[in-house]
Amino acid sequence: MADISCNFLGIKSPNPYWLASAPPTDKEYNVVRAFEAGWGGVVWKTLGEGDPVVNVNGPRYGAIHGPDRRLLGLNNIELITDRSLETNLEEITRVKKNWPDRALIVSLMVPCEEQSWIDILKRVEETGCDGVELNFGCPHGMSERGMGAAVGQVPEYVEMVTRWCKTHSDLPVIVKLTPNISDIRQSARAAHRGGADAVSLINTINSIVSIDLDAMAPNPTVDGKGTHGGYCGPAVKPIALSMVSEIARDPETHGLPISGIGGVTTWKDAAEFMALGSGSVQVCTAAMTYGFKIIEELNAGLSNWMDEQGYDKLDDFIGRAVPNVTDWQYLNLNYIAKAKIDQDACIKCGRCHIACEDTSHQAITSMVDGVRKFEVIDDECVGCNLCVSVCPVEDCITMEQMTEGSDPRTNKPIDPDYANWTTHPNNPSAVKAAE
Amino acid sequence: MSTNAGSRPDIQSSRLEDEDYSKNFSDIHPPLSKHEAFVEADRCYFCYDAPCTVACPTSIDIPMFIRQIAADNPKGSAKTIFEQNILGGMCARVCPTETLCEQACVREEAEGKPVKIGLLQRFATDHLLEDGDKIFKRAALTGKRVAVVGAGPAGLSCAHRLAMHGHDVVVYDAREKAGGLNEYGIAAYKSVDNFAQKEVEFLLSIGGITIENGNRLGETISLADLRQNFDAVFLGMGLAGINALRAEGEDLDGVVDAVSYIADLRQATDLSKISVGRKVVVIGGGMTAVDAAVQTKLLGAEEVTILYRRGKEQMNASEYEQELAQTNGVTIRHWIKPNKLIGEDGKVVAIECEYTESKNGSLSGTGETLTLEADMVFKAIGQNFVAAPLNGSAEAIELDSGRIRVDENRRTSLGDVWAGGDCIAGGEDLTVAAVEDGKVAAEAINDVLSA
Repeated sequence: MADISCNFLGIKSPNPYWLASAPPTDKEYNVVRAFEAGWGGVVWKTLGEGDPVVNVNGPRYGAIHGPDRRLLGLNNIELITDRSLETNLEEITRVKKNWPDRALIVSLMVPCEEQSWIDILKRVEETGCDGVELNFGCPHGMSERGMGAAVGQVPEYVEMVTRWCKTHSDLPVIVKLTPNISDIRQSARAAHRGGADAVSLINTINSIVSIDLDAMAPNPTVDGKGTHGGYCGPAVKPIALSMVSEIARDPETHGLPISGIGGVTTWKDAAEFMALGSGSVQVCTAAMTYGFKIIEELNAGLSNWMDEQGYDKLDDFIGRAVPNVTDWQYLNLNYIAKAKIDQDACIKCGRCHIACEDTSHQAITSMVDGVRKFEVIDDECVGCNLCVSVCPVEDCITMEQMTEGSDPRTNKPIDPDYANWTTHPNNPSAVKAAE
Repeated sequence: MSTNAGSRPDIQSSRLEDEDYSKNFSDIHPPLSKHEAFVEADRCYFCYDAPCTVACPTSIDIPMFIRQIAADNPKGSAKTIFEQNILGGMCARVCPTETLCEQACVREEAEGKPVKIGLLQRFATDHLLEDGDKIFKRAALTGKRVAVVGAGPAGLSCAHRLAMHGHDVVVYDAREKAGGLNEYGIAAYKSVDNFAQKEVEFLLSIGGITIENGNRLGETISLADLRQNFDAVFLGMGLAGINALRAEGEDLDGVVDAVSYIADLRQATDLSKISVGRKVVVIGGGMTAVDAAVQTKLLGAEEVTILYRRGKEQMNASEYEQELAQTNGVTIRHWIKPNKLIGEDGKVVAIECEYTESKNGSLSGTGETLTLEADMVFKAIGQNFVAAPLNGSAEAIELDSGRIRVDENRRTSLGDVWAGGDCIAGGEDLTVAAVEDGKVAAEAINDVLSA
C-alpha cells in the first residue's frame, strides 16, 4: 500500500487533502467532523481584526448546474469569519491540541498595516497552529475595503505583507494567490521575494454565475441586487492547473512549495495538481456539495493509483508533469497525427462529421458508397482533435501518430527529427542554424 | 384444456373495486417532470442528419425539439413538433416509437437505451396544449373551400394544413365526436383525461375549420355533391369493415368485434358498467388484439389469451406491445387458428382451434386441434375498406388491393379528390402515417388551388 502521508513545509498530515479556508472550516464543530471523517488538515476560515464582519442575510451562493443538477461551478459572496476572534482562537487551540497529527493552518486577513499583522500573528502563534495562510485572494467584499484580492493584485503589497509576516513570526507562511490578475507569476514571484514558504492557489475567480431574467439581476440576488462573487468548483480546475504549472516551471519560483486549489473533486484531480508540483491540495466545493465522506474516495483512489503506478510515496510523482509543460513555440512541429475512427465502436451520430465540416477542415465523410459512414479523409485531416472532443463514445476516435511515409495532406515526408517554431522558416525571428 | 360442459358463460360488469378501475386505466407512461425532461433531453446527441428524424413518417426535427427542451424553451419545442405533425401530442402517446424514432436512435445502437423521444415529445406538446398558446396563424384567406371526409388523424391533419394556407374547410364525420381512432380506438390508458378532444380543440383553434358530425358518406353526403360544392375533396374515412373469422359459430352471443368493444370502452364514463368475460380469447396479432386483450384483463377477466395463427415475428403488434400484454397477464399463443366456436343456448362457451404451420410461405393447419374454454371471443383480425358509399353516386374511384389508389401526393384517380390514412392502399396503418398523408395531401391541394 502506497504511503499517502504528506509533509508540506514540515507540516505533517496523514494525507495531502486539506480543507480550504472557507465555510467548512469556520468553527470547531465542522473541523472536528472533518477530522473524524479522515481529512488530513484544514486551513481555518480567515480571521480578521476588530469587530467581526457581517454577512448578508440573504443568499450567499450561486451555482452552475449540469442537466441533472450536478454542481459544476459555485460562486459565493460570503466574507471572512463573522465570529469573534477570541472564539476562533480558543477553538483553534483546542482542536490542534486534540488532533496533533492533522495539519492546522490559520488563514489571515487584516488591513495593510504592519502593526495589524504583528498583533494578529502574536495571537495566532499562541494557538499552536502549524502555519498561516495569507488571504490575498478573496475577490468580493473584503477587496472593497483594501484587503484580500486588493492586496493580491499588487505584487509590491504581496511582497511587503509577506515580509512583515516572515519578520514577525516563525510560523510557516503560505501566501494564497488570487487568479484575478493577468500573470500569476508576478504575484508568486512577489511572495517568493517576500520570503514566503509556499504559495497556495487559486483563490476564487470574479464571477457572475447567471442573470435572473425575470428579476433582471445577478444571482444570487439580495433584495433585487446582486454583486460579483468568487467562482470555484469543478469548472475552475483547468484555470487553476494552468496557473499552478506557470509557477512550478517559472525559473524564479521553481521549487517554491505549492498547495494546489481549484475544483479538486476526485483523487484524479488531486493527482493532477500534484503532478504539476503541488505538495498538498486543498478542497472546498466538493466537500460543500457532498459532505466530508468524500475523503474516503480521495484517499483510496490516490492510494490505488499509486500502487498501480508503483509510486511508494507522494514525492515519487509530485512535479513529474512539470517538465512536460512547455511553451507553444517548443512543440514538435514534425509530429504528425491523424484521427482514426473505430467503425465497430462508431454509433453513427455524425457529430464528428458536422463539427469538422461546418467548423473545421472538411476531413470527415458522412456517406461512403451511398451508406451513412463516417471516415477520416487523411488528405484533409490536420489532427486537431476536435472530432475526438465531440465524439460521445470514449476511444471511438483516436489520434494516431504517423511515423513513416508522407503526410497525405502536405505531401511532405514524415521527418523523425524534432523541430519547433523557433527554427521554422516561416518564423521571421527564427534562429538560424549554424552554417 | 378441455371443454367443461358444466361451466356457464360468465360475462359481467363490476368485476373490480371502484378504485381498481382508475388504477388500471391510469396513464400508462406518466409524463416526464421538468427535471426528468432536462435529464433525458441531455442524452440526445443532436446527431447530424439524425436517423430518428429520417425514421419519423412526419419528419419531425427531433434533435431540434429535444435541444429546445434542454434549453428551457418548451414552447419552441412544441412548435417544432407541430409544424411537422399537428397531432404530435397523440403521436407522442400512441406511436410505436420502438419501431420508428427510438429504434433509429444512435443510443439504441450504442447501449440499447434510446433517448425517450416519445415522452419528450409529450412533454413539449403537453406544455403548449396546457398553455393554450396559438402558434399557428392562417395565411390570407383564399376563398377556396375544401371538403374533408373523416375527422380522424388524416382528415384533421389535412384540414389544419389547409386552414393554415387560408382555405376554408368543412370536415364531415359519421360519428358524434371528431378524432376518429384517436377518440374511438386506442387503449384507454394511452390517452387519458379526454386528450383526444383536447387535441381536436387545439387543432381547431386555428379557425376556418367546421366539423359536421353525424354525416356518413353515402348517407347524408355523397362524393358527387362534395365534388360539386367544393374546390377539392379529401377522403380520410378509415376502414369501416371488420374482417370475418370465417369460422362456424361466429354469430354466437359473446363473440365480439374488438374495434367496437374498444370504442365502447373509450366512450364509457363508468368502466364498471362494461361487461367482460371470465375467460377471454382474442383472435388476431395486431395492435387491436393487444388493446382488446390488455383492457379485458384490466377490466377483471380471469384468463385472457391471444391466439395468432403465425409466429411472434409476424405479429403486427410491436415487441413492446407484446410485452405489455404479457406483463399484464395475457397469454399469447402462436401458430394456432380458430376452427369453430362452440356454443350452448346460443352463447359461446369454447373455441376449437387447430395448430398451424408455414410451409414455403403458405400457412396450413396441421390437423391437430385443441379446445379452449371461452365465454367471450374477440375478433381482431383486421379491418377492411368499404368502398360502396364512395362509388355509389359518382364516377368510380380506382382501388388497389381493396383500398383507394393514390399517387405520391395522395391524389386519387379523380383529379379533385385526394385521400389518406388507413383507407388508401400501401403504407402502414399508423396514426403518424395518417397525419403525414393529410399533410402531404393538403400541400398538394394548396398547390393546385393556388395555381
